[in-house]
Amino acid sequence: MFRMLSPFEGNLFDEFRRLERDLGQVYGTGPWPNSIRSAARGAFPPINVGSTPDQVDVYLFAAGIDPKSLDVSIQQNLLTVAGERKVCAKEGAEYYRKERFDGAFHRALTLPEDVDPDQVDAHYKDGVLHIMIQRREAVKPRQIEIKQ
Amino acid sequence: MTEKKDLEKQAPKELQEARQEERVLRPQVDICEDSSGITLQADMPGVPKDKFDIQVNKDSLSIEGIVAVAMPETMKPLYADVSVTRYQRNFSLSGGLDATKIDANLKDGVLTLHIPKREEIKPRKIEVHTC
Repeated sequence: MFRMLSPFEGNLFDEFRRLERDLGQVYGTGPWPNSIRSAARGAFPPINVGSTPDQVDVYLFAAGIDPKSLDVSIQQNLLTVAGERKVCAKEGAEYYRKERFDGAFHRALTLPEDVDPDQVDAHYKDGVLHIMIQRREAVKPRQIEIKQ
Repeated sequence: MTEKKDLEKQAPKELQEARQEERVLRPQVDICEDSSGITLQADMPGVPKDKFDIQVNKDSLSIEGIVAVAMPETMKPLYADVSVTRYQRNFSLSGGLDATKIDANLKDGVLTLHIPKREEIKPRKIEVHTC
């Protein structure tokens, strides 16, 4: 089976976070503190964030968006993505379901402190926006040689 | 005694598989109807063209897609809204639709299906003649 997304599958902490969001939906806020920039459940677009020693990868699952209309900005380690998705309604058609997100969106996320805001690269493919932010040289793990 | 042990061993694995199968993403859809037929649009970001599986079986339509986003192997997850790699959703079709002529289009992760109505049931305009 295809397992490209495997680092994101079945992560226990994600399950806890999801549970927290679900509970927050039902009971308001829980006794535990929320991250100040955390988004409500079902926020558009869904985001995955992963890290490697060299870079931080952010994936936004935003289908049907003109990449030119996206506003991606980074300030120190705060990444914000704003844009708008217009779902064109067919004229003269009768709608049975309208579940897809329509309108303006804005998401912000705090990245690890060691990212370099000057080295950011973004691609849009198959409805996924992939943003790569390089980490600063100084904080990359380095092998230290022991001299005799 | 040994039999019991075997059962205990088997159960978790099967359960795991069952759970794995249940973990699918339900793509969000818009469905509308006009005089030509039904148009269905589904958000399935991350699914390339060759990872789609759209099937019509009698009166049911099944849409499936596997997310294929290349990621470095050494990546550690920090946060994930999407933790499942499979989209799947079923719809039942009504008799008046022509399932043999479904047209599918993919653009930027949005799948658009057009299911035409059967010719014989398309609405026809009846003109009223004056004598």
